[in-house]
Amino acid sequence: MIIGVPKEIASGEARVALTPQSAGQLAKLGYEVIVESGAGSAARFTDDAYRDAGVTVVDTAADLWAKADVVAKVRAPEPSEVEATREGQKLISFIAPAQNPDLLESLKAKGVTTIAMDMVPRISRAQKMDALSSMANIAGYRAVIEAGNNFGRFFTGQITAAGKVPPAKVLVVGAGVAGLAAIGTATSLGAITHAFDVRPEVAEQIESMGAEFVFLDFEEAQQDGAATGGYAAPSSPEFREKQLEKFRELAPEMDIVITTALIPGRDAPKLWTEDMVHAMKPGSVIVDLAAEKGGNCDLTVPDEKIVTDNGVTIIGYTDFPSRMATQSSTLYATNIRHMMDDLTPEKDGNPVINMEDDVIRGATVTHENEITFPPPPPKVAAIAAQKPKEKKKELTAEEKRAEEVAAFKAQTKQQVTLLAVGGALTLLVGAVAPASFMQHFIVFVLAVFVGFQVIWNVSHSLHTPLMAVTNAISSIIILGALMQIGSGSFLVILLAALSVFMAGINIFGGFLVTRRMLAMFQKS
Amino acid sequence: MELGFTTAAYVVAAVLFILSLGGLSGQESAKRAVWYGIVGMALAVVATLIGPGSGLWLLSLILVLAGGAIGYVVAKRVQMTEMPQLVAAMHSLVGLAAVFVGYNAHIELGRVLAMDETAREALTGFAALLAHKSPVEINILRVELFLGVFIGAITFTGSVVAYGKLAGKVTSAATKLPGGHALNAGAAAISLLCLIWYFNTGGFFPLFLMTLAALFIGYHLIMGIGGADMPVVVSMLNSYSGWAAAAIGFSLGNDLLIVVGALVGSSGAILSYIMCKAMNRNFVSVILGGFGGTGGPAMEVEGEQIAIDADSVASALEDADSIIIVPGYGMAVAQAQGAISELTKLLRGKGKEVRFAIHPVAGRLPGHMNVLLAEAKVPYDIVLEMDEINDDFPSTDVVIVVGSNDIVNPAAQDDPNSPIAGMPVLEVWKAKQVFVSKRGQGTGYSGIENPLFYKENTRMYYGDAKESVNALLQRIS
Repeated sequence: MIIGVPKEIASGEARVALTPQSAGQLAKLGYEVIVESGAGSAARFTDDAYRDAGVTVVDTAADLWAKADVVAKVRAPEPSEVEATREGQKLISFIAPAQNPDLLESLKAKGVTTIAMDMVPRISRAQKMDALSSMANIAGYRAVIEAGNNFGRFFTGQITAAGKVPPAKVLVVGAGVAGLAAIGTATSLGAITHAFDVRPEVAEQIESMGAEFVFLDFEEAQQDGAATGGYAAPSSPEFREKQLEKFRELAPEMDIVITTALIPGRDAPKLWTEDMVHAMKPGSVIVDLAAEKGGNCDLTVPDEKIVTDNGVTIIGYTDFPSRMATQSSTLYATNIRHMMDDLTPEKDGNPVINMEDDVIRGATVTHENEITFPPPPPKVAAIAAQKPKEKKKELTAEEKRAEEVAAFKAQTKQQVTLLAVGGALTLLVGAVAPASFMQHFIVFVLAVFVGFQVIWNVSHSLHTPLMAVTNAISSIIILGALMQIGSGSFLVILLAALSVFMAGINIFGGFLVTRRMLAMFQKS
Repeated sequence: MELGFTTAAYVVAAVLFILSLGGLSGQESAKRAVWYGIVGMALAVVATLIGPGSGLWLLSLILVLAGGAIGYVVAKRVQMTEMPQLVAAMHSLVGLAAVFVGYNAHIELGRVLAMDETAREALTGFAALLAHKSPVEINILRVELFLGVFIGAITFTGSVVAYGKLAGKVTSAATKLPGGHALNAGAAAISLLCLIWYFNTGGFFPLFLMTLAALFIGYHLIMGIGGADMPVVVSMLNSYSGWAAAAIGFSLGNDLLIVVGALVGSSGAILSYIMCKAMNRNFVSVILGGFGGTGGPAMEVEGEQIAIDADSVASALEDADSIIIVPGYGMAVAQAQGAISELTKLLRGKGKEVRFAIHPVAGRLPGHMNVLLAEAKVPYDIVLEMDEINDDFPSTDVVIVVGSNDIVNPAAQDDPNSPIAGMPVLEVWKAKQVFVSKRGQGTGYSGIENPLFYKENTRMYYGDAKESVNALLQRIS
């Protein structure tokens, strides 16, 4: 079958759903690949590069739509493109089915099987085709770069001969994929990064990226992120108030604010209010990654960069991935390639829409003249359910002290008990055993005691040598055999001789092996 | 005078042995400590040979040297990966020797008791020692030698079975005869009856019957313990061989035997304790074999194992600044330590921080991995133990897991129903990226599913550990 990739017709869209590299891999799945002339030019993939990868370049979009059995795109099809489809054709692209019911209707009417890349469920198996994540990653990175472009200072603090430069302070609101990518980029540029998210379980991820989690002191049973497929859920009004209060407190300090808060299927929550913008220092930058859904900031104008009266720049671009078209096309094409991989289990160039498969079922929004959106909930949960975490209570100095005393007391008690029991037992033995036995017994008890004291100090890495050495010296049993070998009958001599022989093996073998091992331990 | 000299030599030897064990607290002092042990042993043997009661010293000397020659050859030839087997095999020798010496004591006792007063006076050596004992002392002596033979016999068969399991000659799975622990309990009961019988009559038969029972216990007990618990078993047998020597020391009235036996016994006991703690297992449940009953169904593992090829691993290593390698038994099996050492050298040469994380029960012997890495000339100051390195995983770029499984299993922390719940593990999954070098998709030694392999930041690098690492060596230059 033929996979075709047309040039994106949406204005300003620079991405393309196919790279020369992904074309090669699609060919391995048994597909013939065609591309519209000039489709990759905005992303710096020339027609020649495609030809070199074995792709047929066709001149017009109409030609491409007519030839291709499977069409892969970036943006949802425009009406003119829907017109060009035909019955049974397969379309893979971003669709946003919840926002575009009309588009679904028209695709259904045309009998197109539509696979929405933005509906791929968030389960680990489907990560390789999760185009939303790969685009969000780019958006997060680009947001920081864009902010830096509009910010008049260094990110990193420096002390130079020409004076001291304070480090930039960055606040990232919403620690999804984009937020985490922004945190990573900002910290690696040297900024002091703070991050906030309503899902407390991401605190660990935030800290792992090198940012400081903005801790909100709020007593509410937080909804578990796992219940909503890994996305944030709307929060209560009280929680929101508390959150805004915290932001208000942070606003004057922050140089750059990057907001990425989105709730699936809703308008973006307003988190950065007008008064916060006014509280910020002149020259500060706000990048609103949620601009497409109305923005997290009150003053955001989608697709535009504005400067407020007090000199704060607010960036509301919605095309961050497209601004890095080469990178985003590469990742998106790889996502598409993985999707085709899953759609072509036989690797024979024939896509199979297996509606039993969670991933394919989730992503398919129209099929055989039916709208199959929304999909039933996936059979496997996206992420393992979070266990309620027990917060370790910070102990006050007094409590700590009390704990130490208690531990000390317990230890003393344990030791005294052990000593008392041990002493009583020894006395008991002493009461019945003859003196000659007791002499040996005392030696025995002391030796056990010395053994315990000494062995605790042996370092872990030397446990194998320790075993070998104790093994060697346990052949001290040879003394017993040596004492017996000279007395008595032939049988005694024979058994004793055998014992001496075996112990001999052990002594030499044990010590030599230990020496060999220890000689190998070297300092670097 | 001669007696005084022997005792003095024994005191010196005992001090040397204690120093020898104490010296193992550090790598450098350990090298000196072995010499203390060797000198102590030589002193003890020489003092006994020239001391009272020994005869046939020429024969003894020849036998010691002959045994020594064999020991020398074995010690020179053994591969470092075969250490666990060797240690187990040598324990069996000590156990058997203890049984023989115990029998000798019994035979001599019988002979001496049959003599009349005048004949006893004429005795020399070991027999003379026995002859001077009072009836109470003789009773105690019987108990002591009985115990010595009992422990020695268990050590003998137990070590032989452990050797077989470690060498792969016997299946390492936990197998029990029908009847299970009832058989062990029965054999132990028989032994106890024999003790009472022997105590009262002093006959040979109860001693013999008990020996058979003890041999059976040793065999059956260790057969019922799975391969993953072998570190505990080996150190436990080590402990037993010490107690056997101590018991024999009592019956022979030899203080040095008692001291050394007690040292070895307590050392083995502590090692077993440390191993059990490292696995969060109860000592009794290890000995009784198999993993304890679980409280419910294990957590379902979701997702899939994602494979990766050598090129991608190599490029991830090139990009990483800090790398931690977690070796396990699989590294020993594949003999990959040399290749890993090469890789370490290469990466360190590029200015990357490379460290090793060793779990206390990695491998089949306490400290097994340390020895293998040392053999491959990995400097010991970059080989860290679990507690030292566990906090560093979140700030690590790449973790390479080579042939270990249970010791990096997050289920121990996440899943209360997992058989290994609560066992301290290396938290490798907190690193940015984890590569698992593994032969195939199967579960590990304990047969427990490992959710680590399904994590998002984990990639499976399938193949023989040695070849896999060699493939990396070619790609990193």
